[in-house]
Amino acid sequence: MIPSRFEYYRPDDIRGALAVLNEHGDDARVMAGGHSLIPMMKLRMAEVPHLIDLQGIAELRGIAIDGAEISIGAMTTQHDLIAHAGLADAAPILREAALQIADPQVRYMGTVGGNVANGDPGNDMPGLMQCLDARFELVGADGTREVAARDFYEAAYMTARDDEELLTRIRFTATGAGYAYEKQKRKIGDYATAACAALISRDGDRIGSASVAMTNLSDVPVWSQAAGDALVGSTGDAAAIKAATDAALADIDPTGDNRGPVEFKKHVAGIIISRAIARALSRA
Amino acid sequence: MNDMTPEREDRVANLKGMGCARKRVEDARFTQGKGNYIDDLKLPGMLHGDFVRSPYAHARVLSIDTEAALALPGVIAVLTAKDLEPLNLHWMPTLAGDKQMVLADGKVLFQGQEVAFVVATDRYVAADAVELVEVEYEDLPVIVDPFESLKSDIVLREDLAGQTSGAHGPRKHHNHIFTWEVGDKDTTEAVIDDAEVVAEESMYYHRTHPCPLEPCGAVASMDKVNGKLTIHGTFQAPHVVRTVASLLSGIEEHNIRVISPDIGGGFGNKVGVYPGYVCSIVASIVTGKPVKWIEDRMENLMSTAFARDYWMKGRISATKDGKITGLHCHVTADHGAFDACADPTKFPAGFMNICTGSYDIPTAYLAVDGVYTNKAPGGVSYRCSFRVTEAVYFIERMIEVLAIELNMDAAELRRINFIRKDQFPYQSALGWEYDSGDYHTAWDKALKAVDYEGLRREQADRVAAFRRGETRTLMGIGLSFFTEIVGAGPVKNCDILGMGMFDSCEVRIHPTGSAIARLGTISQGQGHATTFAQILATEIGIPADSITIEEGDTDTAPYGLGTYGSRSTPVAGAATAMAGRKIRAKAQMIAAYLLEVHDDDVEFDVDRFVVKGAPERFKTMADIAYAAYNQAIPGVEPGLEAVSYYDPPNMTYPFGAYVCIMDIDVDTGVTDIRRFYALDDCGTRINPMVIEGQIHGGLTEALAVVLGQEIAYDDMGNVKTGTLMDFFLPTAWEVPTYETDHTVTPSPHHPIGAKGVGESPHVGGVPCFSNAVHDAFRPFGLRHSNMPHDHWRIWKTANGLGLHG
Repeated sequence: MIPSRFEYYRPDDIRGALAVLNEHGDDARVMAGGHSLIPMMKLRMAEVPHLIDLQGIAELRGIAIDGAEISIGAMTTQHDLIAHAGLADAAPILREAALQIADPQVRYMGTVGGNVANGDPGNDMPGLMQCLDARFELVGADGTREVAARDFYEAAYMTARDDEELLTRIRFTATGAGYAYEKQKRKIGDYATAACAALISRDGDRIGSASVAMTNLSDVPVWSQAAGDALVGSTGDAAAIKAATDAALADIDPTGDNRGPVEFKKHVAGIIISRAIARALSRA
Repeated sequence: MNDMTPEREDRVANLKGMGCARKRVEDARFTQGKGNYIDDLKLPGMLHGDFVRSPYAHARVLSIDTEAALALPGVIAVLTAKDLEPLNLHWMPTLAGDKQMVLADGKVLFQGQEVAFVVATDRYVAADAVELVEVEYEDLPVIVDPFESLKSDIVLREDLAGQTSGAHGPRKHHNHIFTWEVGDKDTTEAVIDDAEVVAEESMYYHRTHPCPLEPCGAVASMDKVNGKLTIHGTFQAPHVVRTVASLLSGIEEHNIRVISPDIGGGFGNKVGVYPGYVCSIVASIVTGKPVKWIEDRMENLMSTAFARDYWMKGRISATKDGKITGLHCHVTADHGAFDACADPTKFPAGFMNICTGSYDIPTAYLAVDGVYTNKAPGGVSYRCSFRVTEAVYFIERMIEVLAIELNMDAAELRRINFIRKDQFPYQSALGWEYDSGDYHTAWDKALKAVDYEGLRREQADRVAAFRRGETRTLMGIGLSFFTEIVGAGPVKNCDILGMGMFDSCEVRIHPTGSAIARLGTISQGQGHATTFAQILATEIGIPADSITIEEGDTDTAPYGLGTYGSRSTPVAGAATAMAGRKIRAKAQMIAAYLLEVHDDDVEFDVDRFVVKGAPERFKTMADIAYAAYNQAIPGVEPGLEAVSYYDPPNMTYPFGAYVCIMDIDVDTGVTDIRRFYALDDCGTRINPMVIEGQIHGGLTEALAVVLGQEIAYDDMGNVKTGTLMDFFLPTAWEVPTYETDHTVTPSPHHPIGAKGVGESPHVGGVPCFSNAVHDAFRPFGLRHSNMPHDHWRIWKTANGLGLHG
């Protein structure tokens, strides 16, 4: 658990970070809260000759709510998400999910940007951002672009972000939909055995919109269009929940690990998805 | 009485002696980050060691190329077995009468085994150099299953080839270590064969690990000028380490000083001697500089001593009314690559023969076969006396299985089989003499406290609701009644490497009436500095706050066998009381002289000696201490000191009654502990607050083991649970609120009647949590399922019982 030698940079603006990234290419990595990268470096599974610490960049922090548009800086911590009163009204699912990430000490350091950018299928925020249909702002030498969370993840640790780009901001629209983030884990600090985010709103006595996404049930977060479609137009009765759950299960591809074999994970996923949908419905 | 004399109860309170919930004096430094742990130690010129470890579980080592590592600036040396061989230190004896490679000698036998030791000026350089050491391996077939091992043609321990006998008798196979038998085999089998009711069960108590917060480490410092070797380390038995170091190195024992500083938890993991200690000592002798070695968490989990790994097969017989008539137990014990179990020499399976538990079982037989596999060596007693957790788990599961066989309530089955109060001292069928107990009183108190009848009614309602499809949550009522055997032990039958398992205390009273006491034990969090001062305070009448307790420095402390197996209070605590009584005896003579009466005319009263019948005439202990140093007292030597080496006449037998109420989500396997009630009887209670803390800790480690904590291997011998991501260490979130309670049945042979408590909650807690899981599924036909009861295994149980529709 002793890392190899590395150069440490602590730029105070985005331009400074991009300059180091451009200079060293593959040999440089940015670090947000460090909860994923530092252990990998200590295990010598990640060789990072040039480490760029983003803690000094003030413009990457902060939560802005402009009408229905919410913008969250990449270096905003999970704790900041939980403590922000406006955000709890505008997107309560975010608070509910952030409270299920590890423990307070981790949440004081762990950032939303690091969580979504790392591409770790175990992280909670990617699925959540897909559920919210968030967009990620990427800044590189050639300028700024936006990628939808639902298009961002390619494979485990592989994302649409170029090596020389920085994920700077997350944007999404406030939602009054019924919400739930349901997660089963072995203990505090563990990745999910299965987790599911659900946002559901009613239109009269029918479901008007539904979004269902899952965590750690494939090598990428899984947003299930079919699950949402199965709910929309229904009354949200048991049959609809079952149809949506079956549809969501058809979209996952979990692997066996110490949490249990695939058979178990699929069964638990079904339970967790059903509970998330039912709880979101109860709030819709 | 003199108006200035405080009331007697005020004087008692002022002592903060036995029975006082005195705050822990250690906590001021621990809670402020001012502890002094081994890694805090920085000596001038200190070098740093790090290991090259085997990625293979079984492989031949063809070559080790150290050239590139040695070329790295800052690297001082790279030690291999070849370098240790001329010193005869490439192998070392184990506590179990086997030997163990210090560094790989021709082959490796488990993943993570030490292959080479890099010494560098800097910890980071040492880690870099480890990567530069090139080891060429030829992999060999791996055996991780002890039953397969006993059938295999593959010889794991080539160094033992042809040896048909080991430290504990005949070896039946080249991968077999020993067979240990206790009890009457023929009679037991006859009783069971003819019994009205017999229950059989096989159970695997999985391999786990004590995982103390602080891993193991050492700083060795050889002073070549004065020839003295100082070894600072995470040692639960520093004096034994000194003796072993002397025997191994040839350095005379007076030239070796072993210091255990603050230790961040041991739980058995820090009893043994590890290659890291030996290598840091050799490296310091070679370089003439201090050498530090600290393992990281992964090294701790994969290479230092594991616990359990017992495959237990039981048969228990009873009359149709439930009176137990016989017990048969066979254990296949997976000891890993080397037999490095930490047990008293004559007990290769520890005190597993306490497996008749708290019950009056007239006939019993136990056989244990130790087996080599390609897993890490160890076999320590993780928060229990030697193998007692295994024994108690075994009997408490067998009782539950017998209750199923008899279609009887498990609480009632226990009650009708308990050893009765009037049977103590009780001779067990497997050779122990239980000192004292009152099991029925404890059991009735526990069941009443939790409203056992009401719980059973609630559970029946829940099962009915489940069957009607109204709930998916089952309710389990976990019961356990345990008897521990601690305080090893009588020198006549307990030794470690030939050293009798006595312990010691040396007390020195200062002229102004304060004191220092030094003991042969060493606290790893138990709070000795608090509680031993309380024992002394009551014995000698000096306030606990005026008594310093010191342990862990072999140059100053009297020889003792250390702290494990809940032995500190039963053995060193007794030595403390006895040393205190010697002080008091001398103080009585001084007091009588000062009061100008005969010795027999004064008596001890809390903090003073008073003239019998004239309490206004007295001398306080402070007066007496001063007189001991400033007056010539005829026939009495100056000073006030005493030392006691205590050889206990018997073990002590703490016991307790636990109840766990658990809800289980059948669909996800998630468990929720609604309530946990723990009644402990540890004899005389020294500090109720420290006892409660010990119980919370032991129960939490029990919960960990039951619900998920394991060292698991794949078929290739790779450790699958080598980090805290997968090795379950519960946080406050996973831990329920514990209710504690007690009865007091003093030990009749211990000077103050205390029995020890640190490990009881672990011993009793494991079967209690596990029985709760089993109890929830009993109405659906479950007899037994192996731990750990993590989500997926509980789910698998439910699935196997057809509960997922």
